[in-house]
Amino acid sequence: MLNIALPKGRLGEKVYAMFESAGFECPTIKENNRKLIFENKELDIRYFWVKPSDVSIYVERGAADIGVAGKDILLEYSPDVYELLDLNIGKCNMCVAAKKDFYDDCTKTLRVATKFKNIASHYYSSIGRNIDIIKLNGSIEIAPILNLSDVIVDIVETGITLKENNLEVVTNILPISARLIANKAAFKFNTEKIEEVMTKLGEQVIK
Amino acid sequence: MIDEKLLKTEEKVVYALRALYKSYGYLPYKMSKFEEYELYSENKDFLVSDRFITFNDTSGKLLALKPDVTLSIIKNLSFEKGVKQKVCYNENVYRVSSFSNNFKEIMQTGLECIGDIDIYDIYEALYLSAKSLDIISNDFVLEISHLGLLSNLLDSVCDDNVFKDKAISFISKKDTHDLESLCKEYEIEENSMNKLLKFVSIYGDRNKVLKELENLSVDLDGFNALSELSTLLDNTEFSDKIIFDFSVVNDMNYYNGIVFKGFVKGVSEGILSGGQYDKLLNKMHKKGSAIGFAVYLDLLSALKENLKSYDVDILLIYEEKCSKQRLAEVVNELVFDGINVTAQKSIPDKLRYKKLVKLDAEGVIC
Repeated sequence: MLNIALPKGRLGEKVYAMFESAGFECPTIKENNRKLIFENKELDIRYFWVKPSDVSIYVERGAADIGVAGKDILLEYSPDVYELLDLNIGKCNMCVAAKKDFYDDCTKTLRVATKFKNIASHYYSSIGRNIDIIKLNGSIEIAPILNLSDVIVDIVETGITLKENNLEVVTNILPISARLIANKAAFKFNTEKIEEVMTKLGEQVIK
Repeated sequence: MIDEKLLKTEEKVVYALRALYKSYGYLPYKMSKFEEYELYSENKDFLVSDRFITFNDTSGKLLALKPDVTLSIIKNLSFEKGVKQKVCYNENVYRVSSFSNNFKEIMQTGLECIGDIDIYDIYEALYLSAKSLDIISNDFVLEISHLGLLSNLLDSVCDDNVFKDKAISFISKKDTHDLESLCKEYEIEENSMNKLLKFVSIYGDRNKVLKELENLSVDLDGFNALSELSTLLDNTEFSDKIIFDFSVVNDMNYYNGIVFKGFVKGVSEGILSGGQYDKLLNKMHKKGSAIGFAVYLDLLSALKENLKSYDVDILLIYEEKCSKQRLAEVVNELVFDGINVTAQKSIPDKLRYKKLVKLDAEGVIC
């Protein structure tokens, strides 16, 4: 049985639709209930919904053979997994954003609020900027407004939230999209099946 | 006499591996639990984790609990032309776990072949890797790559070291889409880019991979080495379980030539890892070549064992007033018959037993 971890929420629904169109349907997943695990015994596949940031953990530890995770999560946690396909959905950018009147005073340590500690550290160390990371778990946008930080590092999809909070993008760090990932050991023992998913799902990707 | 039923899976595996390595002339190598910190700090990139447990000895010298075995072995070996030193070990190492980010004691067993080695020794290391995996589970895969091939290909594509580091990271993840973007970012010529992408996407059956490599006209030395090894492996009982996969990459500052990784079904990560590390010898000012591998025995706990549904065969409950002489006789008779027994005055919580037997005040079994 091929175990597939899908990210709960809007992205997960889009991802499942791609799996379904690729021929890996599981009708029970559409039933309106609180179940988290769904099986299609005929196709020998099992889907489960998990928190988006946990997908890579399920896959890396082998509880799921494959899964779909955002590039932001993969860069932040660096799981030891194969990254087989760019699904070209869930597209957004990892950005540095700040208040509209922000001026980067290089004589001072930059205070950076973010959920993505590793991505932010890596980016600022690549440009040699001294920073103080403030790890937050949500509502990052209010950090500069309340003077908790100078800038934020976060994913920006439409930019509406930034705009409504009087913030703007200072730098685009990198583009983000959803990726099909696979556990390395599972790939060895299920190569054909995972390759089949990869090929058929690849046909659903809109470039 | 060892009763095999009493051994845990990892104990049985250690025993079988030791016998295997010994039969191929690998002599047991015992080392101290700690080394001077400098040995590890100078070769940080060679190690799986770059954090160590350090402490000062009585003279104030900084020591570290060993995070690795290979460095200690190399340190103490010397080169002699025409001779190879073959050692095997079974040691605990102390590393930071990538999952928990805490120090972990890991039992590791493996072998090293150092000195004037040739293609036979590489074959032997690969064959013994396959045999080691087979001892753990016959459902295994051993994947082999050649860093010389990869490094030559990358050199021909781009000279930039940042490009190479990023490319290697994408290759290790079979991430062809980001590799393609990277090539475009560095304005790599289309033919070279396609060659690199093709190289990453070929894996699996050795003969199939060799055929495709021929069409890619890769580095001849690497190709010939893979080809010769593949022919030698064709004649082993594990031929169909040994594949080529160029996503196996180790640090190129230390490793060269053949590198490999072993997986067994039921364990979510590689349980065996090894390769040629001539460059490490060089860095440590030692002559010769070397190949070795380690089996990570801590990962064996992920394999499902057939657990007994009880802890003891007989739970013997005796009355307080019962003669202790009689109690001893009953217990010893049961043990003599090969039955596990625990004598208790009342039934312990959580103890799982097959049968409950009572011994009354007069010493009568009921």
